[in-house]
Amino acid sequence: MTATAIALAVAWTTEEIKVAGSSVRLRSAGRGAPLLVLHHDIGTPEQLPLYESLARRFTVLLPSHPGYDGSERPAWMRGVRDVAVTYQALLAARGVAEASILGLGFGGWIAAEMATMAPRGFRRIVLVGAMGLKPSTGEILDQALVSYIEYVRAGFADQSAFERQFGADPSTPQLEQWDLNREMTFRIAWKPYMYNPTLPHLLAGVPTPTLVVWGREDRIVPPGCAEQYARALPAARVVQLDGAGHFVDMEQPDTLAKLVAQFVTES
Amino acid sequence: MHLMYFTEQPMSAYPEDEGRKRGATALMFSNRHFDPVAGSRLYNEYIEHYRLAEEVGFDGIMLNEHHNAPFCMQAKCNVFASILAAITRRVKIVLLGNPLPLADNPVRLAEELAMIDMVSRGRLVSGFVRGGGQEQLATGVNPAFNRERFEEAHELIVRAWTQQGPFRFEGTHYQHRVVNPWAVPLQKPHPRVWIPGVLSKETIIWAARQRYPYIALSTAIDATKKIWELYDSVAAEAGYTGGPENRGYLQRCHVAETEEKALANARQFMWMQGEFTGLAHPVWSSPSGYFSPSYRKAFVEYAVGRGSNPRAASFEDQIRDQQIIAGTPKTVLPKFRRLLEETRPSILGLWASDGFVSNQDATTCIRLLGQEVLPAVREMGKELGLWSPFEANSPVSITQPAPAVHRNGA
Repeated sequence: MTATAIALAVAWTTEEIKVAGSSVRLRSAGRGAPLLVLHHDIGTPEQLPLYESLARRFTVLLPSHPGYDGSERPAWMRGVRDVAVTYQALLAARGVAEASILGLGFGGWIAAEMATMAPRGFRRIVLVGAMGLKPSTGEILDQALVSYIEYVRAGFADQSAFERQFGADPSTPQLEQWDLNREMTFRIAWKPYMYNPTLPHLLAGVPTPTLVVWGREDRIVPPGCAEQYARALPAARVVQLDGAGHFVDMEQPDTLAKLVAQFVTES
Repeated sequence: MHLMYFTEQPMSAYPEDEGRKRGATALMFSNRHFDPVAGSRLYNEYIEHYRLAEEVGFDGIMLNEHHNAPFCMQAKCNVFASILAAITRRVKIVLLGNPLPLADNPVRLAEELAMIDMVSRGRLVSGFVRGGGQEQLATGVNPAFNRERFEEAHELIVRAWTQQGPFRFEGTHYQHRVVNPWAVPLQKPHPRVWIPGVLSKETIIWAARQRYPYIALSTAIDATKKIWELYDSVAAEAGYTGGPENRGYLQRCHVAETEEKALANARQFMWMQGEFTGLAHPVWSSPSGYFSPSYRKAFVEYAVGRGSNPRAASFEDQIRDQQIIAGTPKTVLPKFRRLLEETRPSILGLWASDGFVSNQDATTCIRLLGQEVLPAVREMGKELGLWSPFEANSPVSITQPAPAVHRNGA
């Protein structure tokens, strides 16, 4: 390994933290202001270029949602707000104050719920293609009706980006992981599917500056939801990205990392 | 033996080419292809088939239900059970069964079943099922809680039948302020419960623990024997000995005047298994959380076309394995003897026709079964000691005794 590579490598630690009735697997890395990163409903690969970039600017806290990616399943959980409460307890247990939060897709929904629970609890919020609101037009793509591969592919504007990440023909262990994550998603977000009808009302109480990022080619959550979030949140603005789908984090990691770093660090 | 007649009630009057074009004929195959004029005709033909089945000597009529698919027109088995309760006089009405997890109010199911039992003068056999995977999607019920809902709804229904109300029920999935239905079953301690299944070991184990007869649905003979091995071992743990009165077997059997015609019609049993019109999308038939984790690898591989359907076999294989029996009354009898000798069930369902078999051929099949097959099979049953739960007057469940009054002899 060259000196440069050593300097660039980010050291990640993994912990199991007992909190609020769950055992949360938390990976963390980096230095600086705390940034809680919440992954998609499909789970997350162990590492992504986005995470590496963010860890150079922030102390990144990257939990696996309880029951996802092989983490212990809390059989009692029944809703996305249960996950949000769990993460609030996690931050409290770690003594993290003034964190910023980056919510990706389904993780964006969890982030929005967390914000409604502690309206002054976050420094900045970034929501990317966030679920959680009932779209005014169109519907959130229902993964119950499509195969694992179809669903994930639908989240990429650029299919070569999908193939770079998962291969043209994802492995059977990958499919099993998606099935496991899908099962957990069903357990907590089956009906109404991928939104909470009370959320838009509660968001009105969140004064936190929020950046709403959306891929213009998001085929999982209709891009019109960006404006719905911006209307519901008192201090939100929208950035739409060309050539990106739902998984902006995997398609345009550099662009997203820059947007996050700039928005979160600006005063 | 208890010999039952069964049909899936195929909705055969739909444009087959549209099904082929869509590549699947379940869940999302548009109901714009459903013709209610043909539907009305078919329902009434099926009612005539049931009347005939009683007339020619069947002991029971087995009903089931499915949703959003042409392979079964019954969207609610309690509707046909109600009809049969009024228009038949002797046959048992065997529901295999009501899909419990789909019910948001199991007390209502308990009421409907009690009504059917009273109207039929105590002829109800109330089977329960989990419902197929796509049934969960068709009714919007969470597949991840399928088994929990099944077990909890079952508990609530049996209590509603046997425990005097009013009482309160606070479950995980069902909460009821007041359980006090003014309709309770005529049969005491309660109608018999039989549990049908195909694949899930968990269901076999559950049925054996309850001491409910398990009805193997069109499984191959060897697979069926393995089911009984498992059932009997669980029965032994539960403190009783499994035997023919705990065993049911549904097998497809089409008879006709000639071997050729019987085989041609029997091929229609494959009509919804990919040979003619294609199956459901695999993720519809096995939504995440519906199957036990031990099947996860097999199903994800099947879902992306990497593995074969764990439940599909070719027509020729199914004929060879006697999952489909076809022939003249004379040629099918040795096959039944083999089936009975090897698997020793006391409850035998005959699924007589499917798909596009004509009304005339379906009717002939029922008549031939009644006149020439059933009497011989009944004799085999006697010879082999295959006494049905009614003949053996076996306990209704692990906790409930045999009925004090033995109403219908069959």
